[in-house]
Amino acid sequence: MSETAIINVSSLDRPKVLLMGLRRSGKSSICKVVFHNMQPLDTLYIESTSKPVEEEFNSLIDFSVQELPGQLNFFEPDQYIDSDRLFQNVGALVYVIDSQDEYLNALSNLHNIIEYAFKINPDINVEVLIHKVDGLSEDFRLDTQRDIMQRVSDELVDARLDDGDVKLNFHLTSIFDHSIYEAFSRIIQKLIPELPVFENLLNVLCSHSLFEKVFLFDVNSKIYVATDSSPVDNQTYEVCTDFIDVAVDLDNLYENGSDSKSSENTLKCVSKLQNGVTLHLHQMVKGLALVGLIRKENGQKMALVDYNVQVFREGLERIWGINKK
Amino acid sequence: MAGSSRKKLLLMGRSGSGKSSMRSIIFSNYSAFDTRRLGATIDVEHSHLRFLGHMTLNLWDCGGQDVFIDNYFSTQKDHIFRMVEVLIHVFDVGSKKLAKDIDIFQKCIKNLREFSPDAKVFVLLHKMDLMQLNKRDEIFNTMMKTLEEHAVPFGFTIRGFQTSIWDESLYKAWSSIVCSLIPNMTAIQNHLKSFAEISEAQEAVLFEKTTFLVISHASATAEGDENLDPKRFEKISNIIKTYKQSCSKMKSQLKRLTLHGHNCSAYIDNLTGNTFIMVVMPPREAHEGTFCDDDGSVIVTNIRAAREWFEKVELLEG
Repeated sequence: MSETAIINVSSLDRPKVLLMGLRRSGKSSICKVVFHNMQPLDTLYIESTSKPVEEEFNSLIDFSVQELPGQLNFFEPDQYIDSDRLFQNVGALVYVIDSQDEYLNALSNLHNIIEYAFKINPDINVEVLIHKVDGLSEDFRLDTQRDIMQRVSDELVDARLDDGDVKLNFHLTSIFDHSIYEAFSRIIQKLIPELPVFENLLNVLCSHSLFEKVFLFDVNSKIYVATDSSPVDNQTYEVCTDFIDVAVDLDNLYENGSDSKSSENTLKCVSKLQNGVTLHLHQMVKGLALVGLIRKENGQKMALVDYNVQVFREGLERIWGINKK
Repeated sequence: MAGSSRKKLLLMGRSGSGKSSMRSIIFSNYSAFDTRRLGATIDVEHSHLRFLGHMTLNLWDCGGQDVFIDNYFSTQKDHIFRMVEVLIHVFDVGSKKLAKDIDIFQKCIKNLREFSPDAKVFVLLHKMDLMQLNKRDEIFNTMMKTLEEHAVPFGFTIRGFQTSIWDESLYKAWSSIVCSLIPNMTAIQNHLKSFAEISEAQEAVLFEKTTFLVISHASATAEGDENLDPKRFEKISNIIKTYKQSCSKMKSQLKRLTLHGHNCSAYIDNLTGNTFIMVVMPPREAHEGTFCDDDGSVIVTNIRAAREWFEKVELLEG
């Protein structure tokens, strides 16, 4: 009965992400790559998951990811999982489809799950990951996405559930590039109640510090929890995540091991490129970092940026302080 | 003078041992993933690389298929083995035909003895990532022992490295290879050392600009270094190389990087036209009470001041 225990223990107040999909669709790989920094190639050796696994993550937002093995059938009565309870507390249901495989089975499974979950929890966000698209050509990816979207919405209409009722989103993902982080960023963002406040703060920061684009990243998973309201350019996002790696890795190289000082020191990294772009990274509270990009900066504004970032940090601390009460 | 600073490097090894992959990563800024696109090398591919301004590396990437190799040792041997400064022989550690690999190595050495007896010989045991972690040293040692037995009769001392394109070991090997070609190494070393002392830096590391291979490094204080990762220099190369790739996504290049971290403050900046320098300062608390160089303006000024001097040092003849 230990499985039941795992599920019941989860605290109710933290948003939960439920990861589902047929077996071998790539759920465990996603978990390992996004949340445990595993190298994508190493995921080849992951064993098949046989029990529900739940993990909790603490950053500015606390959330937990629960992974269910693909072999389980939720509609058989003799289950040790309380399905009703399972879907009740879920913020986002992530359904993974292997796009390189025949996906009709997956779609009917998804349809059943949506119908079931919607009955229990009409507010549920269903996020469909069309996964492993690295193996598909650019054109074929879009075709596949269109086909899957069409089929899913047809079935929903047949079941008298409109697109408008079920909050359904589709993402093309692969663990071999940044798309999986991007998708998870969007999924997690929907679970953050303070998101509008963050966005507002970031917008103000942008307009007063000449930032072209700023992201608020979770350093460990490289998911961005918020960004300013200008459109996200994929390239900028990739460069920003790479920049986090550079800063953290370089700093770790000179780790002394012996003493645990410098806790009050915050990580700060600034890099200038030939074309006048400057990348900024400032560590924030609770494992978050602000990463931003400034174009054509003149040297005198540096101090201003630092000051504004400090104000932003204090803002975050205040939001968090209120949450803690 | 221009003639004497051209260095010929031979890259040898059996087909599929990874010669072109490592060349592309080090000199053409490929990522380890991109090397999948490379096809087999036909005959010899020449690349000319400017290195440290007045030095040109002529890299001869010799295709490793049997047909070509037979030619190298018969009709082309004069052409291939003349005027060689460095022979880099790459072995695939997972190779099934070890005897053949060694046979080719021996023939290489024999020809090298005949045409350029002063050449330096480096042996890279490549694709080490495929071996089990605890067996790597053992494999390496036995292999090196056999190879030395073959090389010593011809009067060559060989230096060996374990390499893999998936980690930083490749940078260490190539950094050593390239450093062995720099004539004024000691001068550079000395000047870097005094620069580190003057700047009160924990460490100063000098990199070549395009490859980001470590040319030299110096620490102002000898103590405290044992705690640090001994592989940190090649790791920096690896990190910055990856960063340079992401910079090229923005259609630009790295100019400067400043880091204030938990463990150090680091500055990476252009030094001369051909080099980058990384200056590592101790973490901020370490010099409490004294003048606190928060923006790093002092170190930036120091680097700027040293620029002209290092340009002269680079041009010194050994």
